[in-house]
Order: sequence, then structure tokens, then C-alpha cells
Amino acid sequence: MPDTLDIKNTLDREENLQPKMVTVEIEGKPFQVPAGITLIKALWYVGQDVIRGVGCLGGFCGACATYYRTKDDPKVKTCLACSMAVEDGMSFSFMPAFPARKATYNLLELKDPKQDLFSLYPEAPLCRNCNACTEACPQHIDVREGVWKAVFGDFKAVSEMFMDCVMCGMCAPVCIADIAPNLVALYASRAQGVHFTEKPEGLSKRIQEITDGRFQQEWDRILKLSDEELQNTSAATT
Amino acid sequence: MELTEQRNVVHQTRDARRSKSYPKLSPAERDALIQKYHPDHRAHAYRPIVFGPNAGQSTVAEVATLLEGESPVPADLNLTPDYSVDVLVVGGGGAGCASALHAHAQGANVLLATKLRLGDSNSVMAQGGMQIAVGSDDSPVQHFLDTLKGGHMKNDHQLLKVMVEEGPSIAKWLLELGVLFDRDADGNLHVKKGGGSSKARLLTCSDYTGLEIMRVLKDEVLNQKVPLLEFVAAVELLSDANGACTGAVLKDLDNNRFIVVAAKTVILATGGIGRVHIQGFPTSNHFGATGDALVLAYRLGVPLVQIDTFQYHPSGGVYPEQLVGALVTEGIRSEGGHLVNGKGERFVNELDTRDVVSSSIIRECEEGRGVRTPSGRVGVWLDTPLLDVEHGPGTLDKHFPAMVRQYERYQVDIRKDPVLIYPTLHYQNGGVKIDVNGETPVANLFVAGEASGGLHGRNRLMGNSLLDLMVFGKRTGILAAERSKSLPKSSLTLEHLKRFRAEAKRHHVSAGIISPMVLPAYTNK
Repeated sequence: MPDTLDIKNTLDREENLQPKMVTVEIEGKPFQVPAGITLIKALWYVGQDVIRGVGCLGGFCGACATYYRTKDDPKVKTCLACSMAVEDGMSFSFMPAFPARKATYNLLELKDPKQDLFSLYPEAPLCRNCNACTEACPQHIDVREGVWKAVFGDFKAVSEMFMDCVMCGMCAPVCIADIAPNLVALYASRAQGVHFTEKPEGLSKRIQEITDGRFQQEWDRILKLSDEELQNTSAATT
Repeated sequence: MELTEQRNVVHQTRDARRSKSYPKLSPAERDALIQKYHPDHRAHAYRPIVFGPNAGQSTVAEVATLLEGESPVPADLNLTPDYSVDVLVVGGGGAGCASALHAHAQGANVLLATKLRLGDSNSVMAQGGMQIAVGSDDSPVQHFLDTLKGGHMKNDHQLLKVMVEEGPSIAKWLLELGVLFDRDADGNLHVKKGGGSSKARLLTCSDYTGLEIMRVLKDEVLNQKVPLLEFVAAVELLSDANGACTGAVLKDLDNNRFIVVAAKTVILATGGIGRVHIQGFPTSNHFGATGDALVLAYRLGVPLVQIDTFQYHPSGGVYPEQLVGALVTEGIRSEGGHLVNGKGERFVNELDTRDVVSSSIIRECEEGRGVRTPSGRVGVWLDTPLLDVEHGPGTLDKHFPAMVRQYERYQVDIRKDPVLIYPTLHYQNGGVKIDVNGETPVANLFVAGEASGGLHGRNRLMGNSLLDLMVFGKRTGILAAERSKSLPKSSLTLEHLKRFRAEAKRHHVSAGIISPMVLPAYTNK
């Protein structure tokens, strides 16, 4: 193997980052950081340890929910700090863990999940339509609409709308009715899967075939083969 | 030349490329390509491990250094337990949650410790899907054969047979918990084709398969009220006079205090090692992927298997800079996306195994057919707009909403323009040696998921990791719970650590580092 791997494809190095520096305000304090790096990398750059606000670093886990504001704009927006680039004049703070209440439930034991929503999350129907949750969602989910769909029992729509939900929880602190929409949607989606979705017949059949030893003959045949023979064999089709 | 100009070659050659197929390589051609270009074959990056169960065997220098590292635990630590449990699960990803739920269901007293939040893991990022042979034209035997060929015939046959046979029952379990897999019109599970597989076998939840499974498993762990310790990392195991595992020393990352846990059984489910940045590669892995289980098990005398082989996923981001190393889902290639070099040519069958595709990308870049980004990185094009051309407008929006969003954040529209990619460190192919129940050669120590080794051979197939997590999470959880019922309360000692330190001294190894790493040191000090 030649040693010619282009070194520039390796870890982030300062010289690989754009040399231009910008001023940002992190938790109220100004810092100079390289333009274009993510908000999380900006924290590392200025010497802050991040344990609570970092997870997958790929925009899927919701650990790095962050409030930010761009220069001269009064609007405070939300983002995932691993997936947002700094720009000059930006101001940002991590969202601390928000003490939203999660109901606990045993989905299989629920008799009427659409009705049970109101005992598990009695605040769900109290939405006052302010739409702040939708505006707070960094995944651009129509959260308010989702809460109403859940209340009206359209769990299927909820499950589809919230497939993008990373559970960052930024919809909860803004709710004037104390609803945690992400938790309501998670309940509705799981209930949709457990109670209102067809059982796939093909899967049951396959499990039965395995239990009945339907593939035993094929296993017996292939497990005797050498690596070379295995390389060139296929399983008999059903 | 600006990237905007360079990518025109992809648009200009699209129609001509559509009409041609690119052949897969023969086994001999694959081997030759991998030998020459795959990072697993760069001799200078490897060295023998000096002492311990794998002494003399070669692995990458980064891993060898971690294994020979010094424990943060002082020899005279007070081992009065803070917790006494039947089953200690270390790790809060897919394998950890599955282990904990199954052990809890058996009535065991479980404690789950994780160094970040519950669910923060690689599992949550898995986009491609989960391989399970549910199709009527498919079988577990064919799943076995495909995986074996993908792993270069080096997979442990017994582990692999268990995984493919238990797949369908895992799908049933997840459906019962409410996981919403994509369906066909007739209600059956929809299956997609993945790289290296001869049949369509990937169960998916659009391109959020891992996220959907983890949302559900996390919620269930909370509903079942499994006791949790978050922001708490395992830094050493405990053993009794016979060398069996009897618990662990944890470290609370908030106050840096040690926590001693007496556990009749311990399940390590700490995942992979991407954040160690082997050979300087960027990684698709989450923040906590630092290979902790390898170190913990090794110090207790457990051998590792195939620890010289890692998976470099073909499509890591190269541009924009914020997405360097981030994963671009293999699903794009599964649905027909072409890889295109700087000259507008295809150079590999995109559905060949990951090691083959990665090696070919490295070859193109090293031989000057790559594309250079403004910050000096090199990559090749992945023709995303082709999917909308082939399957109709809206295909990307419908099948790859996460990826559309991932790039939209940086003003790149993957529906209109191709993206630049280069291999990224993605998966630890080998790991801690386990048997079919996930138990290590040291009694009462279990390992589940990416931290374990042997199942995937020298190259893991797409979609086999999520299944691995669920199958071995289940098996370890059930067996650990059962085992704990018959075990008496045992003694807690650091005898193994004393032996390990003596051996380090005998070999004149003075480790420069403390291990396990726990979290990468990215902070400028």
C-alpha cells in the first residue's frame, strides 16, 4: 500500500478550515472562531468541554438542541448544534434538559389507545393553536397539526409526520399548554404500530418455517462445504 | 476550478451512463483491489500488541496503544459496592437497550449505565435498514451465504447462523413494540436490496430505521422503569478469585467520582471505535464510539478476534466541510445512484461490498481522478439526481428525507446536484470474542453488538449491524438474567488489574495514555 493517502482527507486541521475568523457569542460571551465550522466544533475550538450537548454528531439523536440568533435579527431560532454552521454575529446557547413529563404505559395492555391518550397526556387537547411548537422544530415538522391529529385519533398521520422527529424536545418549552408534543407523537406512533397496523403474513409464515425445520436440509448441505464451495453456492429457492 | 463547474461533468455524462451497467469484480479481482488500496492493508499503520491475551498479534497502532493503556482505577480503591444488581448493562445504544429489556423481562434486577444519554449511539444513525430474510424468494440460508461472502469467508459460522435464523423473530418483537417498518401494498414487510446481498432483504423505516427503532426501545426502557445511570462510563471491570467477572467500576462524568457496582453478570454493549480516528480517518460514528469494551475485556483476560480489520464506509461526506466524515446513506447506491470520478466515468459496481467500493474510491483519488474541494480534500461524485431521473421526481424526497435535510442545511440540493464523498471510518469488524450466547471466555462477562467480534468476518454487510444488536442483545439479556439467578454473591477484587499491571511492567510498557478513552479529546486546551 503506497503512503499516498491525501493527508488533507484526514481529521479536521485548522489549515483545512477556512482561515477567515468570525465573532460569535456563546452563552453570552464573545469568541473568535473559524467561519463555517459547526456550533459544536466552535465550543471545542474555544476550549469548552461538551458532554451534555453532544451525541451522534450526525443530526439524528437530538442531544445538541440549541437556540440561536443571527446578526441584527430579533428572531431566536432553534437548531441542532452538530448540523449548523457558525456565521459572523451569531449568538447561541444550548438548551438545557427540559423537565417535560413523560407518561409511562404498557402499550400491549391498553384497550383503547386513542381514548387512553387523554388519561396519559390530559394536556394534549388543551392546545391553544399558537403554533410555537411548529416554529421551534428544527426538523420542520408541522408539530401543531400533529398534536391535533393525535387528539382526533389520526395516529397514522401522526406516525408519518413524526418519522423525522429526533426527540430533541424543543417543541416542549415553548408550549403554553405544557404539552410535550414529541412525547405525545411517540405514544401515538407506537400505538399505531402496536394496535392499528396489519400483522405481516409473510413474516409469520417465515417464523413458522424456521420453527418447523424447513431449512434444515439446506443447512446440513451447506455447513459441510469448504470455503471454496461456499463461495460458489446459493441456497435452494423455495 | 470551482466545484459548481466540476460537477457539470456528472450532469453531462448522466444519460450516457444510464444505458450501461458496470460489472461486479471476480473474487480474485476484489482481493487484488483490496490488497492494494484498502486501509486494512497498510502495513505501516499496524504493529504487534506487546502483551495480554492477543500478544504478538498485529492491529492498528491506535488500538494497540489503547489495549496496553493504564487503568484510571487506583489499586487501593474502596470496593464497597454502591449498587448490587443481577445484570449490569454498559451502553445505551441498540444492543444495550435490547439486553436491558430482555433481562428485565426475565425478572432480573438490571442497571443500565451509559456515558452519554440513553440512546446516544451509532444505532440511532443507522439509515440503510436491517437485513432479515422475510421474502418468499429468500431464506436464512441465503442470508448466511451472502454475509459469509461479504465477510471474505472469515465469519464465525455458528454466530452467523444464530443471527440469520433469529432475524424473523426479532422483526416480530420490534413490530410488537410498535416499530413502523415500511410495508408493501399487501401489508407484508417491504424489503430493499443492499450492497453485497443477492436478495432484497432490508427492512426499513424510510431512511430513519435506526432512529425509529431507538425511539421505541428508549421509550420502552423508560416505560419499564429500568434503573439508569446516564453520563456514567465504565472504566474497569471487577473479578473474583477465580477470575470470573463480578461487576464494574464506573465513573460519573459530572463529578468524576467512581461508582462501584457489584453485578452477578455484566453485559458490555459499548459499540464501536470510530472516534479513535484510526489512521487519521474521519468517522461517521457518534461522540462516544471509543472502543471501551475492547479495553475493559482485554484487561480481564478476554481475547479479541479479527481486531485488525475495520470498515471504511464508501460514502462519507467530503463537502461541505461541516459534513466531513458524516455518513451518506448506502441507500442512494441501493436505489441506483452512480459513483462518478472527476472525468465523468463510473469505476465500480456500486452494489459491490463496502470494502470493494471504498478501495475503488481510494484508487480513483490516489491516481488523480478525484475531485478537489475548496479546502483541499479529495473525493468522488455520488450522482443523487439520477434517482429522480430514474424513478421519477420526488423519489429522493420520499425515500431519503433525512439526507435531503442533511444537505439542505448547507444549501446543497441533492435533488439537483451530486454530492462529493470519500470513505469514512464506520465500523469495527472484529471485537471481543464471544460464543453463540454472547458470553466471553471469562465467566459471567457478556458482550453484545459492535463491541463483539467474529460475526461479520472482515467486512460487514449493510443492514447486518442492526440485526446483530437485536439478536445478541436478546441472547445476552436472557442468559445473563437466567445465570444470575443461580449465582451466589461473589467477591469484588481488582486482582486481574494487578496481574495486568505486573505484565505491563515486565514488558517495559509504560503506557502514555489512560484507557478506556471514554470520550475523544476534541477540546482545545
